[in-house]
Amino acid sequence: MESNRRSFLKVSGICALGLGALPVAKALAKPALPQFLTNSQALTGKKWAMVVDMKKCWEKADEGCKDCILACHKVHNVPDIGTIKEEVKWIWTEHYENTFPGQTNEFNVENIKDKPFINLCNHCTDPPCVRVCPTKATFKRPDGIVMMDYHRCIGCRFCMAGCPYGSRSFNFRDPRPYIKTELNPTFPTRERGVVEKCNFCEERLAVGLLPACVEACKNGALTFGDLEDPNSPVRKLLAQNYTIVRKPELGTGPNIYYII
Amino acid sequence: MLERALTGSQRYYRWLMFLLVFVGMGFAAYLYQLHNGLSVTGMSRDVSWGFYIAQFTFFVGVAASAVMVVLPYYLHNVKVFGRITILGEFLAVASVTICLLFIIVDLGKPMRLLNVLLYPTPNSILFWDMIVLNGYLFLNIVIGWNVLEAERKGVHYPDWVKPLIYTSIPWAVSIHTVTAFLYAGLPGRHYWLTAIMAARFLASAFASGPALLILLAMIVKKYSKFDAGKEAIDKLSQIVTYAMLISIFFVALEFFTAFYSNIPSHKHSLEYLFVGLEGHKNLVPFMWMFVILAIVAIVLLLNPKTRTNEKTLRIACISVFASMWLEKGLGLVVAGFIPNPFDQVREYAPTIPELTIAFGVWATGILVLTILYKIAVSVKEEVA
Ligand code: SF4
Ligand code: SF4
Repeated sequence: MESNRRSFLKVSGICALGLGALPVAKALAKPALPQFLTNSQALTGKKWAMVVDMKKCWEKADEGCKDCILACHKVHNVPDIGTIKEEVKWIWTEHYENTFPGQTNEFNVENIKDKPFINLCNHCTDPPCVRVCPTKATFKRPDGIVMMDYHRCIGCRFCMAGCPYGSRSFNFRDPRPYIKTELNPTFPTRERGVVEKCNFCEERLAVGLLPACVEACKNGALTFGDLEDPNSPVRKLLAQNYTIVRKPELGTGPNIYYII
Repeated sequence: MLERALTGSQRYYRWLMFLLVFVGMGFAAYLYQLHNGLSVTGMSRDVSWGFYIAQFTFFVGVAASAVMVVLPYYLHNVKVFGRITILGEFLAVASVTICLLFIIVDLGKPMRLLNVLLYPTPNSILFWDMIVLNGYLFLNIVIGWNVLEAERKGVHYPDWVKPLIYTSIPWAVSIHTVTAFLYAGLPGRHYWLTAIMAARFLASAFASGPALLILLAMIVKKYSKFDAGKEAIDKLSQIVTYAMLISIFFVALEFFTAFYSNIPSHKHSLEYLFVGLEGHKNLVPFMWMFVILAIVAIVLLLNPKTRTNEKTLRIACISVFASMWLEKGLGLVVAGFIPNPFDQVREYAPTIPELTIAFGVWATGILVLTILYKIAVSVKEEVA
C-alpha cells in the first residue's frame, strides 16, 4: 500500500514535471519534418511588387473597365456596404490628383486629368501601419507582403491613421450580409470591428497562382513579380519605363509602381 | 476610509443619483454600439478617430496636470499646495479613468483589449500609452490614498511612498508626451506631424488641468468646510497664466511654419479649422470660439486685479478650460484626418449615441471624482 502510494506520487510528479517542460522540450526539439508542408507550386519571392501600366489600362481597356476590382473583391468576399462612410475596398480607382496629391498642375497632359488610377495597398517596404499596430495584427512577411491577422486585431484603427495611402478599411458593421458577389467559400469572410486591406493574394501565391487582379486584367496592365529577381517581369518593366510611386517623400517605400 | 463615501447629505446623494442617470444612459448607448458596431458613430473610413479619441487625448492632459501641484509641493516644499495636492492627485485618478474608458469604447473589438498585453509590441506607441496610463493611475491612487490615510492618523506618510511620489513627477510628463507621440510620428498626417506636438500637449495640459483644479477647489469650498486657501489658488492661477500664454504661443508657431513655408499640405488642416476648406466648415465656429475664449482668458489672467478676484478668476478658468477643450478635445484629432490621404474633404460629426456614450464616460469620471473628493474632504474636515 505504502509503496503503491509512493510510486503513484513519483509517477504523477514526473508527469507534472513533464507537462511543465513540454513547451521547452518542444521548442528545443527540431522536428524531423517541417510542421507545415508548403505547396511545391507556390510562388516565392523576396520582395513582391506590382507595376501598373496605366497607359495599357486606358488605351486598351473599355472605358470604365473594372475587371481587376471585381475579381479581387469577389475572391476575397469584400462587402459592398454602399456608403462612402463605411466603404470597404481592397483595390479601387481614384483620379490622378487624388492618387498623387501635390503632383498636379493645371497644365497636366489632358489624358491624365480625370483618368482613373488603380489604388491598392502599397505593401510598403517600411510600412507605418505595421509600426503602429499594438498587437502585431498587422505584420510584414519576409517576402514583403503586409498582412492582417483578423483574429488578433482589436479595432483600434491606429493603422488607419498611420497609413498615408488610405489603403485600409474598417468593418464598422457586420460585413457578411453585404457580400454581393458570389461567396468564395475558400476565403474567410470578416467580422465586425476589424480592419482589412489588400493581401497581395498571398493565398493564391501559396498555390502557385498570380494575384486575382493581375489574372483578371485582359490587357496586361498589371504585372506582378519579385523586385529582388533581376529576371522578373517587374524588374524588366522598371528598367524600360519611367515609373512613379505614391508619396515617395514619406519614406514608406511603396512597392506599387505606375507607368503613365 | 471608503466608508466616508457612503455617508453624506441629501444633496450629495442627489448629485450621485444625477450622475448615475447619465452613467446608465451612456451604458445603454454603449450596449447599442456593441450590438451594432461603430457604425452607430459618425466616424468613417476617412475620419477613423473621432470624439472618443479626442476626449481621451484632452483628458490625458487634465490627468498630467496634477504634477503642477505635486511637483512644487514635494520637490520645492511649496507649503501652500499642501492642502490641495490630494485634490490634484484624485483629479488625476478620475481623468485617467475617463481616458481608459474612452479608449475602450472606441475599440472595434473591446473583448480583445488584452491582446495589447498578450502580444506586447514595443514599436507601437499605443502599447507604451497603455503602460504609462495604467502606471499613472496606479501611482496616483496609491500615493493619494496613503498620504490621506497618514493625514487622518496625524502621522507622516510612510517612507516607501516617497519614491513613488518622485516617480510620479516625470511619469506625468510621460503620459502626455507618449500620447502626443501617438500623433506626432505618423507620416502623411501633416497637421500632427510636428515636433512641438508633445510640448503643445504639455503646455495646454498645464493650463487646462490647474484651471479645472481651481474651479473644483472653489466648488469644494462652497459645499464643505474645506478651503484650499487663497494663496494656493493664487499660485495655481499664476501657473495657469503662464501655461495658457505658452499654449497659445505654440499654436501660433504652427501657423507660422505652415503659412510662411507655404506648403499646401501643411496649411490644409489649419485652413479647414479656421476658414473652411473647399466649402466644408463644420469646425470653423468652434475654432473661433476657441480664439475668443483664449483671448478672454488671457486678458483676465494677465491683469492681477482680475486674476486675484474670485469672480473674474472663475470666468478666466472656465474660459481656459473651454478653449483648450475646443482646441484639443475637438479640433486637433479630427483635423488630422482632413483632408484625407486623397486630398478630399470628408467631414465628421459625432452622432447622438456617440455623444450619449461620451456623456456617460464623463459622468463616470465625475462620479469617481465626487466620491474621492468626498472622502478627502471628510478627512480634511475631521483633521482640521
Ligand atoms: S499602403 Fe498603407 S496599409 Fe499598405 S503597407 Fe503601406 S502603410 Fe500599410
Ligand atoms: S486596428 Fe487592428 S490592425 Fe489596425 S492597428 Fe489596431 S490592432 Fe492593428
